[in-house]
Amino acid sequence: MPDTNTREITFAEAVREALAEEMRRDARVFILGEDVAEAGTPFKVLSGLVEEFGTKRVVDTPISEAGFTGLAVGAAMTGLRPVVDIMFGDFITLTMDQMANQAAKVHYMSGGKWRVPMVMRTTLGAARRSAAQHSQSLHAWFSHVPGLKVVLPSTPYDAKGLLKTAIRDENPVVFFEDKMMFKMKGPVPAEEYTIPLGVADVKREGDDITLVATSSMVQVALGAAGLLEEIGVSAEVIDPRTTWPLDEKTLVDSVKKTSRAIVIDEGYGRYGVTAEIAAVIAEGAFHYLDAPVKRMGAMHVPIPFSPPLEDVTLPTERSVFDVARALCNRS
Amino acid sequence: MSTVTGQPNPKAKTKLSPDAATWLRMYRQMLAIRLFEEQVNELYTRALMPGLAHLYVGEEAVAVGVCEALQNDDYITSTHRGHGHCLAKGASPNRMFAALLGKEAGYCKGKGGSMHIADPATGNLGANAIVAGSVGIATGAAFSSKYRGTTQVAVCFFGEGALGQGVLYEEMNMAQLWKLPVIYVCENNSYTEYTHCSETTAGDMAARATAFGVHAETVDGQDVRAVHDVTAKLVERARRGDGPAFLLCNTYRHHGHHVGDISREYYRSKQEERLWATERDPIKLLSNWLVANKHADAATLDKVHAELKSEMQKAVEFAIAAPYPSADKASEDVYA
Repeated sequence: MPDTNTREITFAEAVREALAEEMRRDARVFILGEDVAEAGTPFKVLSGLVEEFGTKRVVDTPISEAGFTGLAVGAAMTGLRPVVDIMFGDFITLTMDQMANQAAKVHYMSGGKWRVPMVMRTTLGAARRSAAQHSQSLHAWFSHVPGLKVVLPSTPYDAKGLLKTAIRDENPVVFFEDKMMFKMKGPVPAEEYTIPLGVADVKREGDDITLVATSSMVQVALGAAGLLEEIGVSAEVIDPRTTWPLDEKTLVDSVKKTSRAIVIDEGYGRYGVTAEIAAVIAEGAFHYLDAPVKRMGAMHVPIPFSPPLEDVTLPTERSVFDVARALCNRS
Repeated sequence: MSTVTGQPNPKAKTKLSPDAATWLRMYRQMLAIRLFEEQVNELYTRALMPGLAHLYVGEEAVAVGVCEALQNDDYITSTHRGHGHCLAKGASPNRMFAALLGKEAGYCKGKGGSMHIADPATGNLGANAIVAGSVGIATGAAFSSKYRGTTQVAVCFFGEGALGQGVLYEEMNMAQLWKLPVIYVCENNSYTEYTHCSETTAGDMAARATAFGVHAETVDGQDVRAVHDVTAKLVERARRGDGPAFLLCNTYRHHGHHVGDISREYYRSKQEERLWATERDPIKLLSNWLVANKHADAATLDKVHAELKSEMQKAVEFAIAAPYPSADKASEDVYA
């Protein structure tokens, strides 16, 4: 990242900049979703875009997630580059046929002739006291489907660079944003840049244990690494940034160095992203491991509403610290 | 509209008053579909075809009447019962049969099979094995054509079984709100798989479209001239920017839900099937009309039949002789 012209902007601003730049660069790019135009979404991520690009390219839809996602598939096949906005990640369930049976399979089923260059932007993450239908992290569902790519940015810098790449990709890409992160600030260069999909980022280097963390859990892992440092444990924090394609080599190489790993992800642990990444590490670094690979994800319950109930469902700096300390045999 | 050999017809303009040559071309195309499907049934019976197929026999007037009103670069989406749509939009029987047999030379290089024929060269966005699975794709193609400022129209074929899927109503709502050039062609063959539509569909079928303000027409789906006439008007309307339409075509499938659906008495009578195969057969209806109006004589029609039969036989032989894809191709084309 160049030092010159780097500003501190929020995650939401980084997303908005990526969209605006790609829309200026390519007239085929347009935004489709509920309350995306004048309202700029409930999170105000898209504020100002309709003023610049007009209602032809920032299109308010009915509350029809399956309908407008399916429409985007057809538009993508016929020369456009839709960016679909699914307000809450919980609503991806409504788009499942369009994404899993249509978008993901069109290229393959047509023998490679039709393409679906579309992006679905949506959210993940609990802790907003929004209960079970507005708090889930369901990115594992799409990561399971061949034909889709899944992106999980954890900083404003990553969000901007990855979203620009996603929009230019020739495949359907699902882009999950942690809604608790929209106001988080971070350094973002003013110059044009992109980040390739499938390249993990080492957020902090360390020697004793690898903390693989995604999206909302990257800050948690970095906090835990700070606590571990105080007891003399050097933790490496790695963010895969995309669950598919997955940068298996960077994950495995890190664990070969540290010999211990915890995988932390806000989705459900069972059959989830943590299970897949733990398996990749176990297969790739088996002979280097000094302890079993641990997984930490959301508690296997619908996300509850009441603050004391919701708070215990998520990994925290403290809980990650405790698991890491035990893995490293420190008391 | 293209001929069965897959060559785009340079005269493929929407005609509101077709001439005798046009009717003969439509006859030829309907018969081609019929003979294609008879070969498919034969391939199944002889255990030469992997999997199953859903035959379009009896419904040919819908695909042909509609596609004759389209240009090559107009879009269609098709269904699990889609061979007729694909052929009518210009697919080549050689590559169709190859697709059905899972051969490399097929439209989808062995990846798709009977239910997933797709071909950008003829505007075929793909047959879809999810009922109502392509209503979004067709509506999106219409959105794209309006966005890009072209006059392309998208036709979305589906059976009346798709009326049970909610996404259809989401799409019709947006199509009408945004005046998209899409025509929803509902092929009502009365049977949702093995269940009569009266057991699955409440109210009036066309009223489901008019509830959104979508212009709706109902037509005898066995009368290719009527199907073509009304489609041509709907296409012109869509090109003018007057928005979507819903075309309800009442038709009948002569065979079962798929080639293996042989014993059907528990859901429909042989008497009913006989009636539709004789008095209501779309090809007989057109050939009778052509002869009665002296657009063609019986000898001409017999010659067409013989030519097509030979063409289909050769296409089957091509497909049988064509090689399978090598196993390493299984992991190709997952991502572009």
